[in-house]
This record gives sequence, structure tokens and C-alpha cells, in this order.
Amino acid sequence: MKPMAPLTITGGKLLTGSGEPTAGAIRCEGDHITAVGDVAAQDGDRTVDAKGKIVMPGIIDLGVFEIDKPAFHFGGVTRAALMPDQPPPLDYPARVRFAASFGKPDFWVHPIAAATRGLEGNELPELGLMKDAGAKAVSSGRKWITDSGVMLRVLQYAAMLGLPFISHAEDAGIAGGAVATDGETATRLGLASAPAEAEALAVMRDVTLAEMAGAHLHIRQVTTAAALDIVRKAKDRGVRVTCGVTPAHFMLSDIAVNGFLTFARLSPPLRAESDRRAVLAALADGTIDVVASGHDPRGPEDKRLPFADAAPGMAGAETLLPLTLQLVRDGVIDMTRMAQLLCVNPAKILGVPAGRLEAGLEADIAIVDPDRPWIVDSDRMEAQAGNTPFDKQPVQGRALALFKGGMDVKV
Amino acid sequence: MSDTPPSPSTRYPAGGQAFPHKDLTGISDLPPWQILYLLDEAEQWVALNRQRNKHVDVLAGLTIINAFFENSTRTLLSFEIAGKRLGADVVNMHAAQSSVKKGETLIDTATTLNAMRADAIVIRHASSGAVRLIADKVDCPVLNAGDGRHEHPTQALLDALTMRQWMRSRGSEEFTGLKVAICGDILHSRVARSNVLLLTALGADVRVCAPPALMPAAIEQMRVSAYTNFDEAIDDVDVVMMLRLQNERMSGPFIPSAREYRHLYGLTQTRLKRAAPHALVMHPGPMNRGVEIDSDVADHLERSAITTQVEMGVAIRMACLDVLTRRARGIEGWEALS
Repeated sequence: MKPMAPLTITGGKLLTGSGEPTAGAIRCEGDHITAVGDVAAQDGDRTVDAKGKIVMPGIIDLGVFEIDKPAFHFGGVTRAALMPDQPPPLDYPARVRFAASFGKPDFWVHPIAAATRGLEGNELPELGLMKDAGAKAVSSGRKWITDSGVMLRVLQYAAMLGLPFISHAEDAGIAGGAVATDGETATRLGLASAPAEAEALAVMRDVTLAEMAGAHLHIRQVTTAAALDIVRKAKDRGVRVTCGVTPAHFMLSDIAVNGFLTFARLSPPLRAESDRRAVLAALADGTIDVVASGHDPRGPEDKRLPFADAAPGMAGAETLLPLTLQLVRDGVIDMTRMAQLLCVNPAKILGVPAGRLEAGLEADIAIVDPDRPWIVDSDRMEAQAGNTPFDKQPVQGRALALFKGGMDVKV
Repeated sequence: MSDTPPSPSTRYPAGGQAFPHKDLTGISDLPPWQILYLLDEAEQWVALNRQRNKHVDVLAGLTIINAFFENSTRTLLSFEIAGKRLGADVVNMHAAQSSVKKGETLIDTATTLNAMRADAIVIRHASSGAVRLIADKVDCPVLNAGDGRHEHPTQALLDALTMRQWMRSRGSEEFTGLKVAICGDILHSRVARSNVLLLTALGADVRVCAPPALMPAAIEQMRVSAYTNFDEAIDDVDVVMMLRLQNERMSGPFIPSAREYRHLYGLTQTRLKRAAPHALVMHPGPMNRGVEIDSDVADHLERSAITTQVEMGVAIRMACLDVLTRRARGIEGWEALS
């Protein structure tokens, strides 16, 4: 491949990851950013005029189930951390190595190693070798490790390797078999449900064990007021705990499943309105560190089923950016914080040199029109399947251009 | 019992406006007057079923498929008799042992039934919402004969018809203020949900009673009062409706044992004395005698309406099949729904 000419993006508002958008330009050579701010294009540069739009780091989607490039590129995502719940699970170094190279060159996958063999919750896999093969974190996947002894040993091992542990916080004893959260909706529909406290219990245990082990715990989705309180207090104590959420849990409450809508069957399930409001508050006060898509495209064979028989999950890569921008429009967060939630913090947690517009970092850049209106249409999505609970909903914000390592993905 | 049931024609909107639904998937879709419409429609079939000749030809030439994805004896038989008494060709599909086991999806099964040009499909399925899913995919009317823990609308209708007949014999047919206690495994019961929806819609004062592990969360939001103490729950009630306790829930995960359940939640003669002196005893069947209900209560000639419920079941199902097939039969005033 012949070397690319340096790239200069001018005329945009730079959302670098520290501070609100400011007018400026950015110049990249090879696959790295070389200058940010008051820079001019040099002779022979490819120049792109951002026309006053936002120029921000490519989104790093922390915790997806499928490498679905067209959907990620549509959504301004340049990197994704892949959950270990793959067929077969990412519990073997060769699988991790394959996953790590899967999206290159125009998309980077950061594999998350399975915390236990086959994600069964019993035996340790070769975490050290998987780290060398490219794993950036360790996770129990969609499940919670029920055996606290196993969990402690995994956390100690992850701490020794310097890998964060990404947990799914639902107490299996209470939430086992549940497909909805306790409340009027589940009771009226006759859906097996579990109390919201199932999440708080799991978070409390995981935080306690992580603190003992000195591990970095990242809870991929915290969706209830009680569990957010536990995270908030743990952070105040100085525990290395971070947490995330997906837009579904700050946009929707459990009433969205009325009519047995399987596109709204998620794990953890959609919660009560009071919990949704607690999530908004936690996004505003900094308790929540990451917003991710949880991208999990599922076709009709998984979704056109009775609610309890349908697979959980939603295709979220395309709606991640506009729905997070909605938080900015609603005054919940500012643009700086949005960049932290989507780019800066995920990069920090995974330990990858990206997520900011800064000289020396990988040139992963998105040009975003934060106001551009469009309508989500599950029949016409880039994703492998259109299972979105936001079908037919008008949204605002779209990635107009995307560069991965200085290379044009779409312009 | 009064001999002069009210005439449906004078109390409801004309023609198809009286029941503007393609399917009967749940009581939750029905405003109170549509519930009463179905009850009133059933009265004529109660009368027919008590004659020697129990056959009419209103559904002659129509095919009704009873697709039961979950085992059933009573409900299936009741629907089969209802269809046959109306003159329809009734076919039973025991899907619990059919291609569903071979991995065919529910939608494919539904499409297949539709292609066979059924004129009505009656469905029972173990998953909440499954009947609605099928109803949206087929052209003909679909009747819910029980979906998971969600709804069992014909059971609630037949229970209401039973209660109304009983009230009429006591000189009233007003559900408002009627005190009904529904006791047993409320959590897993579609019968309880449909009855709660129907009875509260008609203004009854409904109490539900269950051990904590078998009580759904936020049930008060369905406009009922919840009790864990059975004696308090049945205090002064007009109707005691007992639910069946499934065998697999009797020992271990939900309650300790059948005899402890009887001790705390069984309807005995002694306990029944706490209810109103005239109180009616109901049970959707099949009963666990000596567990949730004692034999001397279940068989009590004046108090128990359990066999009447079975009788009303056939009439209600005839009414539902008749009403829902009127559009296909081209009955005057019953134009296709837009």
C-alpha cells in the first residue's frame, strides 16, 4: 500500500476530549495525529473542510457482541471492545488473536477475554497468554459469576495482569429465569421478573471482591438507583470501580416492553422510570463513566418469538451517538462529558492510545453534525439486524465522515 | 335463577360495533361493556345447553382449529364441545407432541394453520404473549385459551357468568361492590390475572391472597388489595375463588409442603365460615383435594359453583366463537374491521 499523504482537517470545532468544542484544525501523518489546534495544511496534504461541524475522536464502544463494521462506521465508532460471548467463547489465546485482527485496517477490535473457561464460571483460562494475544480486559460476559470464590481468584489474577474486569451485575439466584424487572408492567404481562435489587446485590459483591483483590472493576451496565448508589460510594472510598450504561436504559423504562415487544427485551431488563431518572442523575454527576451500545444485532429467528423465548439484546451502534447527543440537548451533560463517556474513558479503561484528539495518538477521527435529523428505521439499518427499540423514532446527530488511523473510512 | 336474560340487542351498539375486535387475546383489551356483551351473548347458549337437542348450525361449514401447545384436558374439551354444538368442524392439534418439538417456529406453525384456511384458531401456549404473536400473523380470529402467566380470558368470562347467575338468583346482577377473594398461586396464574382485570373493570372489590413467594410484584397497581394471611383475605367476602397449586411448586422452592400449604392456605369448612354466610366457592379446576380445597367444601351443594363453572365454560366459548366469526360469516352489520 502506498503511503497516504498527510491529512489535515480544517474548519471544524475540535472536541478533543478535554474542554468544550473550539475552532481549530488537526493534522495527521501516517496513522497518527501530529498537531492539534492552530495548525495549517501543508503542501501535498489531503485537506478536508469540516464546515463548522464537530471534529471528535472516533467513538470507542466498550462491550459489543458482534463486529458489525457497517453499523459501527455509520455510528462514528472506530474501535470496539468485543465481549467474550462468541461462538466459541474467547477463552483461548488463538481466538483472541484472531478477534484482535478481525476488523483491521479500518476498524479495530479490542477483544475481551473470557474470565472462565467456556464462560461457565468455574475454571481460569489462560488469561496471561490471552493478554499477550491482544486481550484488553477480562469479562464474565452476559453472565454473572455465581461462585464468589471463583470470582475472587479471577479478580486477583486480572489485577496481577493489569487487566480490568468487566462484569454483568445481576445476582443469578434472584434474577435467574427473569426476563423483566419487577413492577406493574411485568405483572400485567405475566412475565417472569426479578427485583431491581438483584443488580445492587451483584454490584455490592463484585465491588467488595474487587477491593479485596485490588482489581479494576468495570460494571458494563448499571441501571438501578440502588446499584448506582453503591458505585458512587465505592468511588468516594477510592475503590477502582467504573461503570457504564447503554442509551436504552437512559431513554426507556419498562413500559417499552408493553405489547411483548421483543426488541425491548434487554439484559439487564428495562427498569422502572425512577431507575431511569437515577441513571440520568448518575450520568450528570459523573458516577457513570461510559456510554456504550451493547451492539447485539439479532434477526427474526432470535426475536420473532414469545417475549420470554426471545434473545435479549439490541442493535445499538447506529443510535449510540445521536441518543448520547440527546443528553447534551436535554442539558444532562455537556459536550466535554459526552466525549469522556464515548471516547476518553473507554480508552482509559482499555488502556489504548486513543480516545482524544492529541498529538501522538492514533488518528481516529469523526466529523459529526450534532443536529442533523434522521429517523431510525429498523428495516433500513446498516447493522446485520434491525432489532432496535427506537424504531421510527426521530433522532439528531450523525457522523458525516470517519477516519481510522488517518485512513478515510467514509468522507 | 331468573328466566329472562337481558336482550343484547337493546343495550349495545348495533352490529359489529358491539365487539370491534378480530381476536380475543385478553380481558385487558375489553372495556366493561364489551365484557358484559359477551356475558349477555352467552345466556342463549346456557339455555341451549340445557335442552335435549344441543345443536345449532350457525357455524356450519367453518373449521375451528384448537392448537394446544401446552397440555390441557378441560379447556380443550370445552372448546371442542362449544365448536361442535355450533355446527363447526373442529380439529384438535396437540402441538405439545408435534412438529413444534422438531424445532418449527411458532410463526411457521401459525402460518401453516392459516394456510389451511381455519375460520378460527384457539390457542394455548406456555409463553406469555405467544397468542398475540400468532394472532398478528393470521387472518382468522384467534382465541386465547391461556398464554403463560398472562391471560386466560374465557376462564374469567365463564367465572363472571357463573357469579352473575348466582347473584341473579339472589336478586341482583351488579358486580359493583361484590367482594371477591382470589387465593393461591397468583404469581404463575393467568386465571388470576384475567379475573382481576375483568372483576375490577366491572367494579368488584378484589382481594388476592398468596404466600409471599407466589405473589407478583406491584400487584396493587392492578387495583386489588394483596394479602398473605388467608383468614384476613376471606373475611366477609361474597366469593372465594381458589386456584390450583401446581404439583411441582408444592414442595421445595416456593412452599415447604402440601400439608403446610393446606394449613395456611387451604379452604376448609372452618375457614369458609369467615367469609359471608352466603359466600360462593369457585375453583377453575383441576382441584387438588385436600391441598388448596377440602372435599366437603368443593362438593358443598349450596356453596360450591365448581361444576357450574364448567357448564358456563361451554356457553362462554360458544358465545366467543359465534361473535368472533360473525364477520367471516357475513352477518349483517358485522363488516370487516378496518
